[in-house]
Formats: sequence, structure tokens, C-alpha cells
Amino acid sequence: MNTPLRAAFRAGLAGSLIALHLALVGMVEAFNKREIIQDTVTLGQLLLLGVSIGTALYALQLIPQERRATRDGWLTALVSVSVVSLTLMLLSLAIQTINLRFMFQNASKELVRILTFHTPGVVGLVKLWLFILVGGILGVGYLFVPRPWNRVLSIAAGATLIMGVMRSIVTPLLPDLLVDALYTASGLKRIGAVVLFVLWSAILYTYPRWKARAQTLQTLEVRLGPRTIPLPVFLGIVVLFALPAILREEGSYLFEVLDMVGIYIIMGFGLNIVVGYAGLLDLGYVAFFAIGAYTMAVLSTPELPVVREFLTQTIGRSTLNFWEIIPIVIVISLISGVLLGVPVLKTHGDYLAIITLGFGEIIRLLVISDLLKPILGGAQGITGVARPTFFGKFVINESWEYFYLIVITIGIALYISVRLRDSRAGRAMKAIREDEEVAKAMGIDHVAAKLSAFATGAVMAGLAGALFSSRLYSIAPHSFNVLISINVLCLLIVGGMGSLPGVVVGALALVGLPEVLREFAEFRLLVYGAALIIMMLYKPEGLWPERARVSPIAKEVFGDRLQQLKIE
Amino acid sequence: MAYFEVRDLHVYYGAIHALKGISLRVEEGEIVTLIGANGAGKTTTLRAISGLVRPRSGQILFEGEDLLRYKPHEIVTQKRVIHVPEGRRVFARMTVEENLYMGAFTRTDRDKVEEDLERVYQLFPRLKERRRQLAGTLSGGEQQMLAIGRGLMAAPRLLLMDEPSMGLAPILVESIFETIQEINKQGTTILLVEQNAHMALQIAHRGYVLRTGEIVLHDTAENLRANEMVQKTYLGMA
Repeated sequence: MNTPLRAAFRAGLAGSLIALHLALVGMVEAFNKREIIQDTVTLGQLLLLGVSIGTALYALQLIPQERRATRDGWLTALVSVSVVSLTLMLLSLAIQTINLRFMFQNASKELVRILTFHTPGVVGLVKLWLFILVGGILGVGYLFVPRPWNRVLSIAAGATLIMGVMRSIVTPLLPDLLVDALYTASGLKRIGAVVLFVLWSAILYTYPRWKARAQTLQTLEVRLGPRTIPLPVFLGIVVLFALPAILREEGSYLFEVLDMVGIYIIMGFGLNIVVGYAGLLDLGYVAFFAIGAYTMAVLSTPELPVVREFLTQTIGRSTLNFWEIIPIVIVISLISGVLLGVPVLKTHGDYLAIITLGFGEIIRLLVISDLLKPILGGAQGITGVARPTFFGKFVINESWEYFYLIVITIGIALYISVRLRDSRAGRAMKAIREDEEVAKAMGIDHVAAKLSAFATGAVMAGLAGALFSSRLYSIAPHSFNVLISINVLCLLIVGGMGSLPGVVVGALALVGLPEVLREFAEFRLLVYGAALIIMMLYKPEGLWPERARVSPIAKEVFGDRLQQLKIE
Repeated sequence: MAYFEVRDLHVYYGAIHALKGISLRVEEGEIVTLIGANGAGKTTTLRAISGLVRPRSGQILFEGEDLLRYKPHEIVTQKRVIHVPEGRRVFARMTVEENLYMGAFTRTDRDKVEEDLERVYQLFPRLKERRRQLAGTLSGGEQQMLAIGRGLMAAPRLLLMDEPSMGLAPILVESIFETIQEINKQGTTILLVEQNAHMALQIAHRGYVLRTGEIVLHDTAENLRANEMVQKTYLGMA
């Protein structure tokens, strides 16, 4: 273990590097444009405050536990954040005296103004120091506030700030009167922040008391035909279906985001079968997404004369409609899943990953190629993709209308995933994931298991692609790059490999959040990378891991190691 | 006709000639052991029998029918020749009981499966205690028990066991071998591959000595124990 000062300097150095990095890549400046609480705090400042709190907590972790809630704790936390603020002060001074911009584009005067709160001279530097110090005080203060208030207050603060950051998502859900009272055009009003903070604190403080009652609620059930489902689940479904119709235009942005999240959830369920259940690392998953999207586009657009002529000659009509194409999408993606599966049956791990990666690229290059342009539209892509209609009258156009289709598709994908997980075929996949050779020796047909995993996964991605291209009305090859595969894989890792709720959590975190935080756009990959590293270090099993049964004895004996295996 | 017979089996790994014409036979109800040093081809022989590697030539006859016609999973489902691979390879992220049920994956006789589960728990009471525990958290000895138990759950007509004693403490080795003998007494035919020739020859009826891909000696276990070459090379006696 470290002495307080050593711990403080170690953590301070780490925090300094992160803070410097965030400042110099331009995140602080970009985020500063968003006010979270009017005239009080911006997203950029929040970022620095977060670094400061993190530094203090990390420093405290480095000293022995019994010394944390003592003067040593204060010393450690405050010295460590002072190191961070010293670094930022030096950065400000450096930017003011020499021009760093030949190397660091973002080392601008504006950055200095942000860091020093628009105050020149020493006073500005002191302000910076005090601001960073607040983070340290918050970090170490957690230990001194009595339970349960430390938890209640910190979660309430977090919830309030999140509601400020996610203004565009939260406001359509609230009545106008409330929105006007709490929010400005970019974030929360001061009074709004206070009200929300108090409200959240009250809710969180009383939560344990009505939790007991909530448990009786959990046991209530709703009869649906021959089956019963728990009341909370039923209410959840009702809200899911009622909300879009109620919010309509007002929530169009919200549903644009949710549609994208939903499409990723469908793909997540699909890839979860391939990677999570069967353990086949597929890095070319985007290929099936593209195949679904292009099948939908090619067969329904009026733009491709070659295809039109072919269709007219074979079926007497030049285009197909959405519902006619869906079964074709299913069949084509199923076949392509098997086609990818066959050549890679004997490969494992790294080799499989590389081959699938290549497969994804091949599909993308085929789509871009001039040779196939008459059929696939080439680099410009295809517009005029069919939208779903009902009875030839009602056309699905808006994002909130698509949301229904997407939710239903998610439901189907979820149903298939659950049934598969609990079935013989699912167990066979799981055995292959654990040890392919032993699985074979147990009489499991690895060819059938692997191909059905690839095929099921491919169909889900194909459907997601079909919905995607129809919703966008037009598609272009560049939307189908390898990053999509990586994104889907990341959301599985973040959510928890093999876990179904994990897919939803992962998609919300990795697809939903960046959509809401537009400022992130530029830094998306940076944040992804950081998030993945942190996940792998501190929560390798994911945010919502797959459940496994473990005996109490095992828990006792293996303690920490079971963290990775997660207890029910 | 022999119950199980391997005739002139040749296996290559690329250019390496791993098995140079192995022939052996196992009669119903026997324990036959295949002993030899590292790299002699013991594991390869078992892998070839269960279809995990394709021999270049030769025959593997089970009740007169050539197993080479079958795929690995068909050897299990149709012939019930079951391989317990070396190195305690259990499904780490499944519970003990799930592992055992995986052994019975291909069986359709539900009632008999439950009976066999009870039988396995009787043979290995430790497994019953830990039935809900993840297999990856078991000790080495328990994992070996589980691997054997999982093999038994497949209702084997011929059980291929690869180095069940590998990496176990001496006291555990003894109890594992006792259990293997017990399994055999209950009616399972066993082909046992072992480096621990001493133990293997104590429970086996007959034995084959394998050296660099060839059978160099074949006799009853008793005679092999008395054989000077075996004593010197494999039993560590002067």
C-alpha cells in the first residue's frame, strides 16, 4: 500500500494525463458549448469535474481502507486533485505564453478562457484550482456523509445532471408547463436543477420503504390467454406501445434515436447468438445487415432499370412492396449466413475473426463496385426504398410509426433468443462455445449447431437492415462499414456477452447515448475505447451479465474469482 | 468377431506419421489399457476412434462395422462409443449437473438418463454435493470425476478414457482408478490410455505398449507387469 502522499501523486498524475488529453483533443471546448444548468455549469466543466472526482476516488483506493475516512483521506484526495489543477494551470500558462497550436490544434485561447472562467491573471488560476478542488471534496466527502445520505445525494445529483444533459429526450415526455418551469433551451434552469435534485433525493430516500410494496406488485400477474405475465412487464409493454402514439411529432427526435437503438438491439440479439451463445467471433456481421438493407432497397426502388425489367418479365410488376420483400430478406440472409458458415466451420478464434472481417469487406466492395452498379446502385447508393403500408392505405412514414415495427421485431428476436437459449440447440451451441472438441465427443453435431447459429444471427441482422433502409428511404454503401460490426460487438461486451437484457443496456449506452450527446459525435471512438478499457478492467462480465447458478459454498471459496462468473 | 477392433491404423499429422499401423482389440466387459511415453500416439489413437482425426488408412471395427463411415457425433449417437478427453475438459461455465446432462445430450430415454444420473452421483458423491456449482470452479480431481461422469451419462458401450490420472494428487489417482474398476464391474467396456502404467496395469485385463506410433508389446496385464522391458521403461523399476 501507498502512503497518502505517494497515492495522491500517483492518482494526480493519472488524472492530469486524462485532463490534459481531454483538453488537448478539444473535448472540453466542444462540450463547453452546452449549458447543463443555466449560468452555472456546462458539460465541459462537468467533464473536468468528473476527472477530478475520479482522481480523488482513485487516490483513495490506493491507500489502506481504514485510513480513508480520516485526515489522511482528505490529504490524499485534495493533494491528488491539486496535482490535476496544477497541470491545467501550467497548460493555461503555456498556451498564453507560447503558441502550441502548431502541434495541438485545440490549445486555443478559448480553452484558457474556459479553464480560468473568463478571468485573466492569477485570480483565474485560483478559480480553476478551487473548481477542481470541489471535485476532490465531493470525492472524499462521500466517505464522511452518513449513510444512506451519501448514496442518495450522489445518485440524485447524477440523475439531475443526466436529466439536464438529456434535455432533448426528457422534455417530450413532460407536460409543457413543467418543461417551461424546469428547462431552458439548452439545459436546466437553476431552480429546475434544485427542484429535481430535491425530488430525486426524496424518491431515493424513501425508495427502500416502498420497495417492499413494489415486491408485492412484482408478484401480481396479468392473464393473457393461457399464459400469465407479471404486472410490471405488462405495464412496460403498454407504455412502450402507448407512448409513441401519444407523443407523435413532439417526440420525433426521441423516436429517431430509439429507432436506431432498436435496430442495434435487433442486431445485438442476432450477434449474441453467434458470439454469445456459440462463441464464434464474427467481425463481418455488418455484411448481413447490408444484405438485408440492399435486398429491401433493390427490390423496391424504381431507380434500377435492370432489376425493374427483370421483375416485370418474371412477375409482371416492376417493384415489390415492403411486406413481399420481408420473406425474401429472411431467405436471402439465411442463405448467406450458411454460405459464410460453411467455409469457416473448421476455423476458430482469431482465424475466424479475420475471415469474417474479410467477408464483411467483400460485401461492401461488391456494393460499391461499378460492375454491379446496374443492380446495386454503386457508390451513390439507392433511394426510393419502399415504406411499409397497411391495406394499401395507411403508410408508415414517421420515426414513431417505425418504432412499432422495430419493437415488434425486437420482440420476435427476443422470443427466438429466449427459446433458443433454453432449447437443445442452444445447449449444443453453448457446449461448442465452451469446448468444441468435447462437444463433438458428446455427440453434438457441430456443423448443424454452428450453421444454425450463423443463419439465425444473419436473419436478425437482415431484418434489421431491411427496416433500416426502409426507414431511411435511401441507402449508400458507406453506411455499411466495419464500424457497424464493431459497434454491435462492443454493445454485447458492454452489456454482457450472452445476456439478453445486456443487449438492451449495451445498445442504450453505446448507441443511444452518443445520439443524445451530439457533442460526442467527433469523439465517439475515443469514448468507446475508453469505455471498453474501463469495462474490461473493472467489470469484464458486462453491465448486465448472463446469469449462472453458483452454490453458496463456491461463493465462499472462490470469492472474487466468481465476480467473473456472476452469481444469481 | 471381436467386440471392438482396430486394424492397421495409419494417422498422419501433415508430414508426420503419428500412427504407423496400430492394431488392437477390446472384448466386451474388458478393461484394456494402452500405455506408452509422451508422444507415443496414445491420444491420437483415441481421437481416431472417436472420429476427431481422420486416419489415412486402416479400419476401426465396432461389432464388425467400420466406424470410419461415421461422423464424430454419429459415433456417439449410433454406436455409443464415448470419448472422455484428457485434461479434465469440462464445460467451465455450466454447472456440474448441466455438464452431466450434456453427456446425455443425444439420448432420448429420459427415465434411464435420470437413473444414470443417480448412478453417477453414487459413484461420485462429491459431484452431487456440488451439482449447482459452475464446473470451472471445481478442483482438479472433481473436474476429472465430472468428465468421467459426463462420459457415463452417454450410456457408453465402449468408454475411451484418456489419461484420467493426469495432474492429480497420488491419493486421488488411486481413488479414480478404483472408480474406473467399479465402472467396469458394473458392465462398461473400457479402453484406457495411461502414462501411469503402474496403476493402469493393476486394473486392466490386458495391455498394449505403444512406442512412437507402433505397438511393441501386447499381453495380459499380469504378464506385462512381469515383463522386464515394461518394468524398466514404464514402471521405473531397475
